Amino acid sequence: MSSKESLSQTFTEKAKLVSAFVTEIASEEEALSHVLDLCGKKEACQLLVSGCERDLSEKAENLCDAKQSKIIAAPGLKKDLYKKLEAKCKKSGFECIDSGLRDHLAGVDIGFTFADYGIAETGTLMIDCPSEDLRLATMVSEYHICILPKSKIRKDSYSIEKMMLTRMNKTPDYMAYVTGASRTADIERVLALGVHGPLELHILLLED
Amino acid sequence: MQKAKNLKEYREELHESLDNDFLRTTLDNFAVAYRAGRANAFKDIDVRALIREIADSKDDATARFDELYKQFKANAEASGAHVHFAKDADEANAIIAGIAKASDCKKIVKSKSMTAEETLLNHALEDEGLEVVETDLGEWIIQLRHEGPSHMVMPAIHLSRYQVGDLFSEVTGKKQDAEIEKLVKVARRELRQKYVEADMGITGANFAVAETGGIGLVTNEGNARLVTTLPRVHVALMGMDKIIPSLHDALRILKVLPRNATGQAITSYVTWITGANECATGTDGKKEIHYVIMDNGRSEMSKDPLFSQVNRCVRCGACANVCPVYRLVGGHKMGHIYIGAIGLILTYFFHGKDKARNLIQNCINCEACKDVCAGGIDLPRLIKEIHARIQDEEGHPLPSLLLSKVLKNRKLFHTLLRTAKWAQKPVESEGFIRHLPMILGKEHGFKALPAIAEKPFRDRWPDIRPNIANPKHRVALFSGCVQDFVYPEQMEAAVRVFEANDVSMEYPMEQSCCGLPVQMMGEMKASRDVAVQNLRAFETGDYDYVITLCASCAAHLKHNYPKLMKDSPSLTLKAQQFADKVIDYSSFVHDVLKVKAEDFKKTDIKATYHAPCHLCRGLDVHDAPRELIETGGMEYVECDEEEVCCGFGGTFSMKFPELSSELLRKKLDNVEATGAEVLLTDCPGCIMQLRGGLKTKGSSIQVRHVAEVLADNKK
Repeated sequence: MSSKESLSQTFTEKAKLVSAFVTEIASEEEALSHVLDLCGKKEACQLLVSGCERDLSEKAENLCDAKQSKIIAAPGLKKDLYKKLEAKCKKSGFECIDSGLRDHLAGVDIGFTFADYGIAETGTLMIDCPSEDLRLATMVSEYHICILPKSKIRKDSYSIEKMMLTRMNKTPDYMAYVTGASRTADIERVLALGVHGPLELHILLLED
Repeated sequence: MQKAKNLKEYREELHESLDNDFLRTTLDNFAVAYRAGRANAFKDIDVRALIREIADSKDDATARFDELYKQFKANAEASGAHVHFAKDADEANAIIAGIAKASDCKKIVKSKSMTAEETLLNHALEDEGLEVVETDLGEWIIQLRHEGPSHMVMPAIHLSRYQVGDLFSEVTGKKQDAEIEKLVKVARRELRQKYVEADMGITGANFAVAETGGIGLVTNEGNARLVTTLPRVHVALMGMDKIIPSLHDALRILKVLPRNATGQAITSYVTWITGANECATGTDGKKEIHYVIMDNGRSEMSKDPLFSQVNRCVRCGACANVCPVYRLVGGHKMGHIYIGAIGLILTYFFHGKDKARNLIQNCINCEACKDVCAGGIDLPRLIKEIHARIQDEEGHPLPSLLLSKVLKNRKLFHTLLRTAKWAQKPVESEGFIRHLPMILGKEHGFKALPAIAEKPFRDRWPDIRPNIANPKHRVALFSGCVQDFVYPEQMEAAVRVFEANDVSMEYPMEQSCCGLPVQMMGEMKASRDVAVQNLRAFETGDYDYVITLCASCAAHLKHNYPKLMKDSPSLTLKAQQFADKVIDYSSFVHDVLKVKAEDFKKTDIKATYHAPCHLCRGLDVHDAPRELIETGGMEYVECDEEEVCCGFGGTFSMKFPELSSELLRKKLDNVEATGAEVLLTDCPGCIMQLRGGLKTKGSSIQVRHVAEVLADNKK
């Protein structure tokens, strides 16, 4: 097995351990279909996100009411890829945005992004997100879908240390390691996914 | 939180926890699950080497603080952040309140920060009329309940889903079911609007990286990311100990922190913030960032040659996770604000000796914390040192003064023990005392106390001393008080096996108590005096080994004697040479004598084992005694939680009988579940505790020293 393949295998194994969904894809086009497909299958935000069936205080409910249609947020995508996504969304009746995430703090259905690196040892995505919209897309989305090119997977955090430093030195910078979905065990140590961040993390491993 | 004025009140508070069934079950389950989770998380990693590296790098950072702080500040300011230094908690709170005022902030969202708990920041900000909302689920829950955290990583571990359900019903004004999945979603939605409204976000920091001027945050829920993104002002409050030289140092700590905290390979999120990043609602589209670096007792620790290692702490909470006392009483009783072993120490430095006085005595010295600490901090030793300091400053309690006076005079001590033998005569039966001595109350009734032996080992020695014609090893025996005066037959058993293996033995008569009991009571001076006597007693002979059958004596002689002599260079060398020769019984027989199965009769006896704390952790001996059981002709049956403390802890069991008896109960339940007829161990203190407990229970299980069964089965 090539080292690229073995890193990709370790990465997949470790990411699945923390309940990330990992899918291999052959092209960016395939990624778009995957995104549209997931968005279609996913329950509407009002129901799923935050347990809209739960009664809440008035203020919290009002915020939730602000969101009506299914939204895909994809800031930070290359222009041509975003155009293709936008066209597909239109056909399916989804709203597609690449900016103004602050108007959607109740949540978006899908945040669609690229990762800069993957860390095989822990199944971690490294996402450099100095842009606020990109950052928010990875935080307020219910499903975070992230493309990780296989060639960008490294053994451990030490092996991307230099790349991290280069980015950090270009201040200001905001960078994230993302491993699995948002989680808590604060009540009786029972694991629950989707506290403040995404309920699901989908990683699309791109053959490159 | 510590409110008790004296030890009696503190013990009353401990009883509240002991009576809390939910807490007890939760912490029991956690202790067992954590042990397995941590082992699994570290399974392909050389954890000891990693911990050593962290310790070295943190020690280096502590020593170079001034230089690193300067570098951090310069880099942070160059990237548009503001850096403040606060000498204490009040100053830190005032700085943050001042920032809120200057930037016209009214509503604040916070992510979890132990440093903010330390300064009671929320109260200070609320007093200024600001609204502060915790967003970490556990922190939010305890904030709503007006409580402090009961664990550094899982602050609401003491609460049940029902309590949280009731609380959330109150908060939302609507009835909420006690289903965890749903309660989490309620928090998600209720708190989302708080982020939207807030104009300031407050976080702690796990790392402040000098080479970049940025910080790192290690979280699971994703709240810290929202807290540092949505509000236009971000304040990060951190202790000076968070400043480290490089990103590499942070990545190294990150390899241990989550694994040690919760058994996770890494947390869901690690957020790296460097400089005033983009923020749509900020001035010029940029965020206003403030780093508040706080001293509050840390520089005092840094300057102390012994306590500077406390700065290595990465706040993983592992020392509480493995602490048998924490497991019984929970974090509200096993800490003030910081919890667990490190909490006992930090309370003294951050919150003063009034809060630490009772707390500091609640360490059974089992070394489980030291064994897992991410920074390799010698926690039990530091706890004892603080105990001693407080006593030196405030005066020593009478019992501890008396004991140290007596121990310093070996002849007096031994005469008292001999006198006690006569005093106990009327109440003695089958090696136990029938009635508890008057000075002990009812709560000590959970175990029968042993009687003092007819004739101590030192008086038997001249008659039994074997003559070895061609010795293979020359050793000295260190009996310790218990085997000398209570269980001399254990020493005799060892002598028989040694004799059969051509070991020539000496028993230096001037030896006394090893000194651990007085050290446990915070009597460092007496501990040192006794140690010097023992060093003198053993210095004349030319021995290959100094053998003791008591794991606690062995660990104390080996590890603490050189430390106790550190102020006297000539004695340090002597103590080190002595310590190098010290070996426990099982290791000597197994590793040095290498006894063989054919030397022993085969029996069909099933034996289980209790691993004394000071053998398995103190000396890192694990396989030797268990293999000896099989070699010695018995069948070894593994016991659940074999390496967990039996609750003796020397003087601890006298001071906290209610805790000692609970630990013993658990231990004996596990022992009985094995179906073994014999329980073996390597420490007379443990034997005293275990035998006493089984006798009171009316159990038929025999408790014996490994040395005794080997002598019995010897062909």
